[in-house]
Order: sequence, then C-alpha cells, then structure tokens
Amino acid sequence: MSDKDLYRPEGIDDAYSHPEPEPSPADGEPTPSTRAAPSGRTGRVAPADDEAPGASAQPQLPALGLQGSLRWVWRQVTSMRVALMLLMLLAVAAVPGSVLPQRPQDPAAVLTYLQDNPGTGEWLDRLGFFDVYASVWFSAIYILLFVSLVGCILPRTKAHLQAVRNRPPRTPRRFDRFPAKAECTSAATPDEVVDAAAQHLRGRVRWLPTFRVDVGTEPADPARGLPERRTVAAERGYLRETGNLLFHLSLLGLLVAVATGQLLHFRGQAIITEGRGFANAVVDYDTFENGSLFSPASLVPFSMTLDSFDAQFAMDAVAFAQSRDFTAHVTVRDPDGTSQQEQIKVNHPIVAGGAKIYLQGNGYAPDITVTDAEGQVAFAGRVPFLPEDTMYTSRGVVKVPDTSAGLDQIGLVGYFLPTAEVDEVGARSTFPQPINPLLVLEVYRGDLGLDEGLPQNVYRLNTDTLTPSVDEEGERVRVLVAPGQTVDLPDGLGTITLAAGDVPRYVALDLRHDPALVWILVFALGALGGLAVSLFTPRRRVWLRVWSEDTPGDEPSARRTVVSVAGLARGDDAGLQGEVDRLVEALPGASTASGPPDAPPTGPGARPRSTTTSPRTDGRARTDRPRKADR
Amino acid sequence: MTVADLSSDLVWAAATALTVAFVAFTIDLSRLGAKEPEPAVVTDATSDADGDAPVAVAVATPARPVSRKAAGIGISTGWLGTILLLAAIVTRGIAAGRAPWANMYEFTLVGAFVAMAVFLGVSTRRDVRFLGAFVTGLSVLFLAVAQNSFYLDATGVQPALQSYWLVIHVGVAIIATGIFTVAFVLSVVQLLRDSRETGNGFLGHPAWRWLDTTPRPAQLEALSFRLNAVGFVLWTFTIIGGAIWAEHAWGRYWGWDPKEVWSFVVWVVYAAYLHARTTRGWSGRRAAYFVLVGYACVLFNFTGVNLIFNGKHSYSGITTQE
Repeated sequence: MSDKDLYRPEGIDDAYSHPEPEPSPADGEPTPSTRAAPSGRTGRVAPADDEAPGASAQPQLPALGLQGSLRWVWRQVTSMRVALMLLMLLAVAAVPGSVLPQRPQDPAAVLTYLQDNPGTGEWLDRLGFFDVYASVWFSAIYILLFVSLVGCILPRTKAHLQAVRNRPPRTPRRFDRFPAKAECTSAATPDEVVDAAAQHLRGRVRWLPTFRVDVGTEPADPARGLPERRTVAAERGYLRETGNLLFHLSLLGLLVAVATGQLLHFRGQAIITEGRGFANAVVDYDTFENGSLFSPASLVPFSMTLDSFDAQFAMDAVAFAQSRDFTAHVTVRDPDGTSQQEQIKVNHPIVAGGAKIYLQGNGYAPDITVTDAEGQVAFAGRVPFLPEDTMYTSRGVVKVPDTSAGLDQIGLVGYFLPTAEVDEVGARSTFPQPINPLLVLEVYRGDLGLDEGLPQNVYRLNTDTLTPSVDEEGERVRVLVAPGQTVDLPDGLGTITLAAGDVPRYVALDLRHDPALVWILVFALGALGGLAVSLFTPRRRVWLRVWSEDTPGDEPSARRTVVSVAGLARGDDAGLQGEVDRLVEALPGASTASGPPDAPPTGPGARPRSTTTSPRTDGRARTDRPRKADR
Repeated sequence: MTVADLSSDLVWAAATALTVAFVAFTIDLSRLGAKEPEPAVVTDATSDADGDAPVAVAVATPARPVSRKAAGIGISTGWLGTILLLAAIVTRGIAAGRAPWANMYEFTLVGAFVAMAVFLGVSTRRDVRFLGAFVTGLSVLFLAVAQNSFYLDATGVQPALQSYWLVIHVGVAIIATGIFTVAFVLSVVQLLRDSRETGNGFLGHPAWRWLDTTPRPAQLEALSFRLNAVGFVLWTFTIIGGAIWAEHAWGRYWGWDPKEVWSFVVWVVYAAYLHARTTRGWSGRRAAYFVLVGYACVLFNFTGVNLIFNGKHSYSGITTQE
C-alpha cells in the first residue's frame, strides 16, 4: 500500500513530495512527519524518512563473500548513479564520431586523415576512433546502459504490475500538513457531497477514470467528540509509471529491432544510365552489402530500366544553379512479366521487389569511343563522371587496356563540363545543364595495372607508373572534345570520339531492404508516447473528509456539512492546489465564503483553515479562488 | 521594395523593439535591486522552512512598493517585437514560397520568435518578468547574428528539402530549441540565486540584489524542469521525425551524420538531466548544470555542426572556407 512497498532502484529519489505517515488504526496521535529541510540549498530535498531499500547502508566491504560481492556489483550497475554516469559517458563517447572521419560514412576521408597524421592516426585507428559507433568502448557503454536499464526496469515492472491494482491510500487522520488543502461548508448532506466528489474525481471517461476513488465511513468517536465522518480517498497518475516503463522497454525494443534489421538488411547501389537497365541480382550492383542473416538468393529478380532523367535548376540570380527537381522515369518489370512505369524522386522512393529504391545521385555519363594507333576501337562505352560541384564539374577516368597488341595501354583523366567556359586560366563549368558540353582530358600511356587481377577503383587512375603526354614546354596536353567531334590523341596514340547528340545522364540508385523498419517505428513511437505520459501525467492523491455538525451561532438546531480536502503530489506539482480547488468547486452547495468550522474534528491543535503551502512562483498573494495558472 | 526586403526590415524593426524591451527589463531589474528585498519573500522562505510558523503569509507590501512600470514597458514592447518578428517570418515564407525555416538564418529568426513566445506565454500565467532581460537580450543577440552573419536571400530549396517533413521535423526542432532557451535562462537564474544565498562572495555584491526578488531556487528549478520536459519530448519527436524523413530521403533512418550525432548527444544530456533530477544527491544545483551542458550542446548542434562539420545536414547555405 505505501510507497515503501514499491521497488525503486538504488539512489532514486522519486517519492511523494510531502510524506505523511500513513495512519494506522492503532496509533492515536500521528507523529509529525519530518518536514523536508529548507530547500534553499538544493532544488529538491530528499525526504529523510523515505530511504529506498538498501540505499541507506554504505557497502560493507568485509564479509560480503562472493555472492554478496556480486549482489553489490549488480546493485551498483542498476543504481541511478551508475545509469547517470553511463548516460554522460555515452554523450561524451559519441562526440569523436562527429569530429573524426568515420569509415562507414566516408572511408576516403579516413585514408586521407591517416596519410596526413601517420603517428596519431595509427593509434586512433587502433582504438577504433574511425568507427566510433561500432567500437568496443562505445558498444560497452551502451550495452552496460541497457543492462542497467533492464536491471532497473524489470523489477519496477513487476512492482508496478502489483501497484497498479492498489487502492488509494487510506484517508490520513490529519490534513493540516499537506501541501494543498481546502475547506468549505455545504448545504448538501455528507452523502451527497461524497457522491459528487467521487463522481468529479473519476471524471467523465468511464473506462479511464482520472482518479481511482475509494469512499469510506469513519465511525463516530464519542470519546473524542467526533461525529461520524464520510471519507473519499483518491489517487491518480498510475499511468505515470506505466509510461515510464513503456518508454524504457520501448528503448530496449528499439535496440533489438535495430540489431535485427542489421542482420537481415541489404543495401546495394547501382549506377544506371539513360536507356539502360538493371537487374536485381548481386552481380548487377556496383556495391552491395548485407546483414549476416540475409540470403542473396532471396533477392526478387525484378529488372528496371531508366527511361529518362529530368533535372531542373534555378535560373534566377538569387539561387542561380541550385537544384530544384530531380526525377528519374523508370520502367520496373516484375518477375511475373508485368511492367509499370514509375517515377523516383528525392524524398519519394519507390518499392520494388520488397526493396525501397532511392534516388541518391545523378550526373553525366558521356558516350566515349577510343581508337588506338592502329585504328582499332579499343574502348567504347558510357563513362560516369562524378559531379564535384554544384555546376556539375564532373571528374572521370577512361581506362583503355584493350589496345592492339604491342601498343601502350591508354588512360584518360579529366573533367566533363556540361556548360564549358574555356579561357587561358582553364576550363570550368558555369551551369549544371548540358548547354555547351565539353570533355577536358589528360592523356597517359603505359601499363594500367589492370592485368594483375587486383581490384581497382574505376573512378581513379594511378598515374605513378604512367607516362603523361606533354607539349614542347613540358605542360600536360589537354584534349578538348565536344559532342560529335573526333579528336586525335597526342603522341599518335589514336583518336577519341564523343558521341553526337544529348549526353546521357546517369542516376545513382540505392536499393534497400530492412524488415525491421516497421518495428523500429513502433518502438520509437512507443518510447515517445511513454515519455510524454510519464512526464506529463500528474501523480496526485486527494482526500476528502465530510461530516455534519451544528451550525455555530444562534440557531442550535440547524445542521451544516463541513468538507475538508487535502492533496499530495509526487515531485513538484504546481497544479496540485488547482486540483483541490476544482474539487471543492464541484461539490454541491459548497460555500467557501462561510467561516471556518469552529472545531475541526481532527483533534486538538488543528489550525484554522489555511489556503495553501504549495510552491509559489509568482510571489503574489494567493486567493482562495482557483487560478487558471494552476491548471 | 520586395516582400523579401520587407521581411528583412521587419526583422530589424523587431530587433529594435526587443532592444527597447531589453533595456526596460534591465532597468526593472536594477530598480528591484536598488531596494531592500521585499519582506514578504523573506517571511515566506522562513515559514516554509518551519512547519509550525503560520502557513498562510499575507504578502506584506513594503512601505514604498517598487514600481514595476519598466517591466510593464518591457512586456509591451516584447509583445510588439514578437509580433513584428512573426510578420517578418510570415513575409519571409511568402517571399520564399515555402515554410520559412529551411536554413540557418530562418531557423534563428524562428528560434528567437519561439523563445519570446514561450516567455510571453508563460508570463501571462505567472510572474516571470525577471526573465525578460535575459530572453529579450538573447533574442536580440540571435537576431543580430542572423542578420549579419547568417543572412541568405529568400529562395526555394533543393529537392532533398522538398518534403512536408521540413515543416514538421524542423518546425518541432525550432520549438524545442526555443523552449530549451527559456529553460536554460531559468536554470542560470536558479544557479545564480542559489550561489548568492549560500554566500558566494561575488554574487553577494549589492549589484546582484535583484536576485532576491526572483522566485526561490526550488521554484525556478521546478519551472525549468517543466519547460525542459516539454522540450525533451519535442526533441525526441524531432529525432524520430528526422529518422523517418532520413529514411525517405536518404534511404537510412540513422547514419551518424554530425547533426545526428549531436542531436543524439543533446538527447542523452537532457535524458541524463531528467535522471539526475530523480537521483538522490543530484537534484537541484547539480541537475541545473546538466541544463547548462545540454543547452551548450543545443547551441553547438545548431552553429558548430552547421558551420564546421560537413554532413548531410549542411543546409546553412553559408559557404565556409575549405
């Protein structure tokens, strides 16, 4: 019944703010509770008589034994202080991942960092600083945090499952020490007052009462001159702990769902040029990664063709050349032979074969043909050039290993410029649309190293072992090719042709499947809902005592009904007095204007009616009227 | 004059009004500080400490009550500035043809607006006029920095931002930031007042006497907590909404992008704050330090992450030196 029965992890300070000893039938005069010390030093003061189980004793190191030590460790791990420490550690540990380049996000940047900082970089790498969120120490922190969470939440859940069926605590004998109280008289009978109070406290929604209400009767006590009294004991806020537990259990579920998704997901990237297709098989992806429990055989064998790609860019001076719209028009052919046309836009992925398909990037893939010195076609195909700026100055590499026997292999490195502007400084793009397309390439010859069987980045050419073509002054020759042109390569290496007509565009598509997504969403929303409920549900207890007595004054036969109300809240609750005031307002025939009862039947020493001792923030005098601010 | 220019002028007008409010609130604080603390406050504090003292304290008015006229002027001009700022934001949205919070400049305007709105909203229900100087001061600072350093011409947005989630995710993030701002100010005042009461030499100077007229630290803490609780829930929603949007736009719900990292850090720090509040020995002063750390993270998440780190959330529109 009392709070002390509730499980609380060590160190938690989460009690009713004004602990009143529960009256037992045996004790005649309740002992005054230890009032919290003046709260000037700290915001909240732990009630002295509300020690959580086990919190009072300092750990006694000797004579603990193995079992005792384990229990001590477990108690520490599940204590609030350790949870707090782990939370802070988690925040600190997350920071390096935003400062240092991370392998999963940007492996190239990590390589650059390692090259620039050979000494420290190596140590940071060893300590996992380039993959912080998969590092041992980061994982250790959050796993410990979740262990602490489980150790804290599971016993609390068990305790709450019992507590949630509890009835409100008995009406205390004395109301005078409660932080919120009110008294009034009523023209109605005590029974009517009690019924009205119970109805008001339960609220309008029958299946979800605001307060849980118990109505009782205290027999008359002629020895102490007390009449028969009716009581109402009410408690609200059982859902607060429910929300708290829902929040923490949802976090646990979230972790499990994310981990499951990691095991079952796949993610592939494919670059498709206009008019070309793609089949959903691992070999057709440019990159493909999957969780360890994902079976590549389960890929649905649909295929897809990029019919066309539209890009729009702002033309106004304010936002010149800013992208405004990207649309990929695709045809998806399902395994059963049906096909449908769809559009993929940024923010609007489509679903095909159980995977979501995202438009992640786009650029130009000029159609290039290279002939060698003997006039044989050594290379023909579309080469994707990767945009490097908002004007789509795009960098690309053409590797020509298949030259005629005895000839050097050819490597071309350079830029594709959709709207080229060439002057003595150099060539650059001035608009992302293909208004004046131009290829600007440097020419290398030698062994490209492709025959060694080592995988190479198709977007990079290792020029260390190659011979560049230079002019008389030793400057590298730059070959400029416009669509429809065929240009001789320097040093008699052959020719290069850029196909006439529109330069084909390509799209970079991400195909992703994560069966846990819906669960992640469910648990995330569960956490949000639980959090809101646990933070915004007031936990309040309200008691009401009603009795009938003679009206003081000249008419001795007249009776009146006296109502006394007290309220108690867990934690700070600025709305507590408002709750009490609203209850009084809802009573039939209540009049707070009439004088206080002469002899409150709560025994000697009771003080005259007082309005409130609830926290005040405005420093202004309070009135009896309920204020809006309190609601 | 274009609508965009009108918006910019309205921001300056709002900044001017808020500066007047700031001056008025400052004068109010100095007037409060010039007087001996009101006896009512002192009596109240002792009565609460000692349960046997009369509980209902009639708030005895001092012989010559301090005129709060300056604070009244501050509230009025604060309302004026806030309404002007709202007009600036609305015209900005009209000029750009979208929700007016897609870049750092606009985020700052709306953030200052929300902070002012929260302050004025709370002040209709409670006397929090002592906060005025801080909130208006911060808002003026935000607006000036926005106008001078973050300004961008009003225009449309790139495809990645063309989503209703811009309205939801960023809108809620701004509201949370504004609420965190006011809660931060409350915690600062709480710490200052607490230090003064416990005999801090520097804060014992008469120049800090205005602190005695603010609510007790416990009350400031309670109010700060209520705001932080709302802010925390909104921040949780911001992160969840952001994850849903990221799943739509980028094909992954969480990718440890710098903005995501720092949003996570902010969330964890405020979560630690909520836990600290209910941990014995950590409530009160210590919990308030968490608010300071948390708000510092909020500010860094907004400024530092946008300007220093290169991530998917780099929407400041401000080109930084490579």
